[in-house]
Amino acid sequence: MSSDPDAAESASGKGISPGRLALRRLLANRMAAASGLFLLVLGLVALVAPWLAPHHYAEVRLADALTPPCAAHWLGTDALGRDLLSRLLIGARVSLAVGLVATLVSLVIGVAYGATAGYLGGRADNLMMRLVDILYGLPFMFLVILIVMVAGRSLVNLFIALGTVQWLTTARIVRAQVLVLKGREFVEAARALGVGPIRLIFRHIVPNLLGIVIVYATLNVPAVMLQEAFLSFLGLGVEHPMPSWGTLIAEGARSMEVCPWLMVFPGVTFSLTLLSLSFLGDGLRDALDPQSQ
Amino acid sequence: MLSFIGRRLLSSLLTLVAIVILSFALMRLVPGGPFDHERVVNASIRKQLEERYRLDEPLVLQCGRYLWGLVRGDLGPSLKRPGRSVNEVLGEAFPKSAALGAAALAIALVVGVSVGVYAALHHNTARDHVAMGLVMLGVSIPSMVLAPLLITLFALTLRWLPTSGWGTLGHIVLPATALGLAYAARIARLTRGGMLEVLRQDFIRTARAKGLPERTVIARHALRLGLAPLVSYLGPAIASILTGSFVVEQIFAIPGMGRYFVSAACDRDYTLALGTVIVYSTLLVALNLVVDVAQALLDPRVRLE
Repeated sequence: MSSDPDAAESASGKGISPGRLALRRLLANRMAAASGLFLLVLGLVALVAPWLAPHHYAEVRLADALTPPCAAHWLGTDALGRDLLSRLLIGARVSLAVGLVATLVSLVIGVAYGATAGYLGGRADNLMMRLVDILYGLPFMFLVILIVMVAGRSLVNLFIALGTVQWLTTARIVRAQVLVLKGREFVEAARALGVGPIRLIFRHIVPNLLGIVIVYATLNVPAVMLQEAFLSFLGLGVEHPMPSWGTLIAEGARSMEVCPWLMVFPGVTFSLTLLSLSFLGDGLRDALDPQSQ
Repeated sequence: MLSFIGRRLLSSLLTLVAIVILSFALMRLVPGGPFDHERVVNASIRKQLEERYRLDEPLVLQCGRYLWGLVRGDLGPSLKRPGRSVNEVLGEAFPKSAALGAAALAIALVVGVSVGVYAALHHNTARDHVAMGLVMLGVSIPSMVLAPLLITLFALTLRWLPTSGWGTLGHIVLPATALGLAYAARIARLTRGGMLEVLRQDFIRTARAKGLPERTVIARHALRLGLAPLVSYLGPAIASILTGSFVVEQIFAIPGMGRYFVSAACDRDYTLALGTVIVYSTLLVALNLVVDVAQALLDPRVRLE
């Protein structure tokens, strides 16, 4: 990637905020910009999906079962005659919401936990990180299955379950960064001014971690979406007849030979979304941290 | 170095014990019991069953008994499969999952390293961009999408390979490919990055200046260092290949560990569910240990931490 936007700016001599600069670098990366645009459109479509969908996602019409793509049903229908386009649109809501909310949950837990452990240091840090090691050793699926079983199957519980198993890596990364940051002068200065530990962690240290946390979160979203798809595929995700991309792919996989459209459309949409998220994540990493290249 | 390995071994062992106790407690936190859905809802029969499997004792005692069984290598009887021990059930299923995982890992390594080296050697040319574009695609297609596509293409249309089942070498090709390709893509990215870093260094220029053939420069000098980033990735990768195999096992109807992992937890077959968790956790912890030791061997600074 070229560093032209930076060079042009410094030549004009005007001041520019680091956030602006990062955004400019991101937009100069064509793949990342295109991916961002795609995700933005997808997000908007998902938001208004109930009004956009030509049919209700759970409307059963056995007479129309397994129709290939046609004028009435652009993407065809499934074994119960439900319109695939409508189900795909509603599925986008579920899958994107799971990806975003579960990532947010994991970020909040991971940043708070990692920052606290790193700031406290010593024994408390040791103990807290040992817990992370232990949870790391448990297969995450087992935890998710148990949480869903204890709390019941619902969308909110799915958010929580996926979020609570996903925070471990965030906590490790944040802790390592805090260990470095807490030795810096501005932290010492804040402490000398009498800033309390909680305010010190969340007002002075955490804002300095945002770059790495954002990059990591972008890479976390596809991982969470994949896990949701896994769970739905195994029959542990959202409840019928609510569709998610995972359930649609699972249904499609079962009838791949007879009606390939049931597999192809959800599969392509899901893969494209994952692809865009990867490009965007890479682009963000380069934009926020030009040295990493 | 020995004391480092000893310390790590001890802490891994403690981690494992904590994992067993934690999963035991979590499993019991789930409402309902193994005999709830039995047709024999007769209270006295249920009581007898619970007595037989000692589910009526205090939990701490049960946990202690379970741990003592583990020390002797006994995972206990399966609660929902009468007359079968967990050791037997997992003894049959584990080799299949392990074979699938090993084949997937082999595919991931061979494909990933070759593509990564190829792209690095053609850095910033059209070949590099095409290779890395394919890799991005590989990262993004989940195994649950790839598997049905592979079945349709190679099993149903071309009829080269069987669609599902287990037994012959042909049965393992498609599931291993579906499982391994995403990891091949990640390995390719890591390899390319590592190789690019190494190829810039002075000793590579020296090797070339000595007149060594390019093949020797790459294979003997560059590859060794260029693959270093892979080492720390392999531990978590192997672990997630193994747990990621559930879906692939289901699609290809492979009688591996995957089906027990989900069904045992849902059926409240406590012993079988714990058995699968322990097998996986032991693998995970052991892999982390191996990675740590490998890193300490490569970089002495790690040992002092």
